[in-house]
Amino acid sequence: MLMTMSTLNAKIPPGPLAEKWSYYKEHAKLVNPANKRKLEVIVVGTGLAGASAAATLAELGYKVKAFCFQDSPRRAHSIAAQGGINAAKNYKNDGDSVFRLFYDTIKGGDFRAREANVYRLAEVSVNIIDQCVAQGVPFAREYGGLLDNRSFGGAQVSRTFYARGQTGQQLLLGAYQALERQVGLGNVKMYARHEMLELVKIDGKARGIIARNLVTGELERHFGHAVLLCTGGYGNVFYLSTNAMGSNVTAIWKAYKQGAFFGNPCFTQIHPTCIPVTGDYQSKLTLMSESLRNDGRVWVPKSVEDAKAIREGRKKPEDIKEEDRDYYLERKYPSYGNLCPRDIASRAAKEVCDEGRGIVPSGYGVYLDFSDAIKRLGVETVKARYGELFPMYQNITNEDPLKTPMKIYPAVHYTMGGLWVDYELMTTIPGCYALGEANFSDHGANRLGASALMQGLADGYFIIPYTIGNYLAGEIFTKPIPTDHPAFVEAEKRVSDRIHRLLSVKGRRTVDEFHRLLGKIMWEYCGMARSAAGLTKARDMVRELRREFWSDVRVPGSANEFNPELDKAGRVADFLELGELMIVDALHRNESCGGHFRVEYQDEGEAKRDDENYRYVAAWEYKGDDADPALHKEELVFENVQLQVRSYK
Amino acid sequence: MKFHLKVWRQKNAKDPGRLVDYTIDNINPDMSFLEMMDVLNDELIRKGEDPIAFDHDCREGICGMCSMYINGRAHGPQRAATTCQLYMRSFKDGDTIYVEPWRAKAFPVIKDLVVDRSAFDRIIAAGGFISVNTGQAQDANAIPIPKADADRAMDAAACIGCGACVAACPNGAAMLFVSAKISQLALLPQGQPERYTRALNMVKQMDEEGFGNCTNIGACEAECPKEIKLTNIARMNREYLTAAFIQE
Ligand SMILES: Cc1cc2nc3c(=O)[nH]c(=O)nc-3n(C[C@H](O)[C@H](O)[C@H](O)COP(=O)(O)OP(=O)(O)OC[C@H]3O[C@@H](n4cnc5c(N)ncnc54)[C@H](O)[C@@H]3O)c2cc1C
Ligand code: SF4
Ligand code: FES
Repeated sequence: MLMTMSTLNAKIPPGPLAEKWSYYKEHAKLVNPANKRKLEVIVVGTGLAGASAAATLAELGYKVKAFCFQDSPRRAHSIAAQGGINAAKNYKNDGDSVFRLFYDTIKGGDFRAREANVYRLAEVSVNIIDQCVAQGVPFAREYGGLLDNRSFGGAQVSRTFYARGQTGQQLLLGAYQALERQVGLGNVKMYARHEMLELVKIDGKARGIIARNLVTGELERHFGHAVLLCTGGYGNVFYLSTNAMGSNVTAIWKAYKQGAFFGNPCFTQIHPTCIPVTGDYQSKLTLMSESLRNDGRVWVPKSVEDAKAIREGRKKPEDIKEEDRDYYLERKYPSYGNLCPRDIASRAAKEVCDEGRGIVPSGYGVYLDFSDAIKRLGVETVKARYGELFPMYQNITNEDPLKTPMKIYPAVHYTMGGLWVDYELMTTIPGCYALGEANFSDHGANRLGASALMQGLADGYFIIPYTIGNYLAGEIFTKPIPTDHPAFVEAEKRVSDRIHRLLSVKGRRTVDEFHRLLGKIMWEYCGMARSAAGLTKARDMVRELRREFWSDVRVPGSANEFNPELDKAGRVADFLELGELMIVDALHRNESCGGHFRVEYQDEGEAKRDDENYRYVAAWEYKGDDADPALHKEELVFENVQLQVRSYK
Repeated sequence: MKFHLKVWRQKNAKDPGRLVDYTIDNINPDMSFLEMMDVLNDELIRKGEDPIAFDHDCREGICGMCSMYINGRAHGPQRAATTCQLYMRSFKDGDTIYVEPWRAKAFPVIKDLVVDRSAFDRIIAAGGFISVNTGQAQDANAIPIPKADADRAMDAAACIGCGACVAACPNGAAMLFVSAKISQLALLPQGQPERYTRALNMVKQMDEEGFGNCTNIGACEAECPKEIKLTNIARMNREYLTAAFIQE
């Protein structure tokens, strides 16, 4: 591992925390309307971050091209978010404020995020709600007609806005409609069923992309004065996750290989309440809302024998007497009990299952039991409280959680890591920006619920429209570069060579088979608990798997047709490289913080952070396929909060 | 479980296409329909055959991407569910299952079970929005909205744009989809200024895309995975008539 001293400039504006964003806006360069029309911006991704950015930049007068791999921009993975979106509106008069939202986010992230960015996020959160309501997003309302809020993990105030269990869908449709409006006006050209496969750099600056038309297979060259990557998270490196099937790392991975640094790649969020894996055929995992832990009690049998009997179908949960059950969260964390934070609840489930006390045939599952709540509140109240969740669970598992406990297990859910960006959301490649889950983000080592939607929309609606001007003001004399420029030709050649390499292996094993194997390695060694020995082993395993992939994968069909297996093969090939970088990052970070738990660094099972040595963002620079990446550090300075140990006992 | 599948195979838009027989065995009843298709594709790839192309992404009933016409029904036999929410336990061991793409003039087939639904995007671009630029909004609580209105708007907004309504309709009409958006925005105070131009523009685009007319059959409502109600179509007709009247 190469070590480089900090060369990273986060470009944090001067002045007190609360005035930095205003200061920035007052001093940023502007582009006049006539010049905006001459500037072209490429937006890759149309989730909350991409759709809001594309729409807003087009409203401002820039010429925008937007890309997504689904058949419509409305289908981006943001659509699946259920719970809600945070904003420091303080409509409940319960003492919320911008500072409190900032503080909760910094603390929730275990003090591994940049103060100035997080404060700005909290600051613009209030504008997001105004904008969405104006667009017609049907948020939940009280009888008086005003907006309703609910509370969410990691906060003592009620600041989460929601639209039934479909918050992400409604926010995305709002942004999508704003985007389509600009498409109709001719200000945005939309390229659906297109996948970005390379970033084009000219004289060190991002100047365009190579995209593949997924219907015809044709490669296309697109010029832009700037390129925005809003391509979501890479949780699917684990194969099984709560992400949509197509979520991938390809766009940001290409940028990484062109010189954009990758920030904290190993920071992954594992959500404690998902439906457990039932078989090898399984393609994805389904999240059950965190809110269930309000009334559900988590347990496994005390004895390994009872657990074994359940796994083999000889006993039912009802057969286990009260005194033979281990309500392990209540036992270990008496003051927070079943409501302890995500990372802690997840690790505890793994621990009891590793002891052989899991209750599903695979061994990896625990009970979430509503029987006490039903006794206390009655069936009807419990049913009403969790609305769609019980039928959803029943549809998937064919079991009624009102009659028998739910079975749950943690699953990969979100990636806090992503491309390193400065205060302006620019990567280390000038003119290349990263927004939404694709950047290393404001969530440090752990994200609080309802904060990803907030960040995506903050980045797209309210931050990039200001910060991009500061860069594009210097580009008004740059004429669109013809795409027969050698840089475009070379980039396209890299893409077509790779596609042909994938197709010409003609091996025996399917893409999914490799993806599953990679997922198993990542989950076992770079998942909820990590150790130096395990990570070292895993690194070799991933390398070996990558080698096997390139000598034995079978990709059917050809390059010039609609070929979903080929699309998938390219994504898995990138995951096979990313996996190693995540392992390298996890191995180097000799501390436990947030979702990153290194077994060597703990105090009786609790994460032990090392602020003295690891209070920094790890930003990795690509140095070649066979070389180790170089580490750059952005030291984190905390001037407005006091570093403290999280305790939930 | 064992199944006999008859799957629509069509190389591209120009190919006439045909049903092809497949037999698949050892299917776990807890598999989803799409996971069963994954298993079949895995077998096909290993045998050196062309896997079956189908659209999907979220696999939890919200993105609207999956779109299979199963045994003559859009999204298959289960009520209020998308294809990805359908589980093999809904079928009997040994069943024969027909799997076809959405069929409608306005949704041309791209390959096998994949169709082009971009007409829906163009209808939205024609008017399915409120014209408010970023930064122009007033405080969110400045306009109280009666809970009942907000709830009805939300009911209509639940549409996932899957196109099952079009596929189910013998006329290939898109009325349920279009009316859901027109209703949502017409029910909210923010939607009032553009209320009538919106209805006119969206309906015009719908006609231009080649969707059929509504003859009150109701198949759309019966097959809609999000249970969007026919009353939306009635509201859209009212909006449209009023709009046409105002325009004259
Ligand atoms: C089940 C679930 C529930 C969640 N619930 C919540 C919640 O309640 N609250 C909350 O705050 N957060 C929640 N999250 C997290 C949140 O939904 C995501 O972090 C957020 O929506 C990501 O938005 P995005 O715009 O960054 O990316 P995405 O919405 O993932 O969009 C990515 C876009 O990039 C495109 N794309 C990707 N790669 C390419 C490429 N190579 N070429 C072209 N296009 C490409 C895709 O087509 C897509 O348009 C949830 C996540 C999951 C999985
Ligand atoms: S109305 Fe129903 S069937 Fe039609 S597109 Fe919307 S969700 Fe799908
Ligand atoms: S795959 Fe998203 S709705 Fe079926």
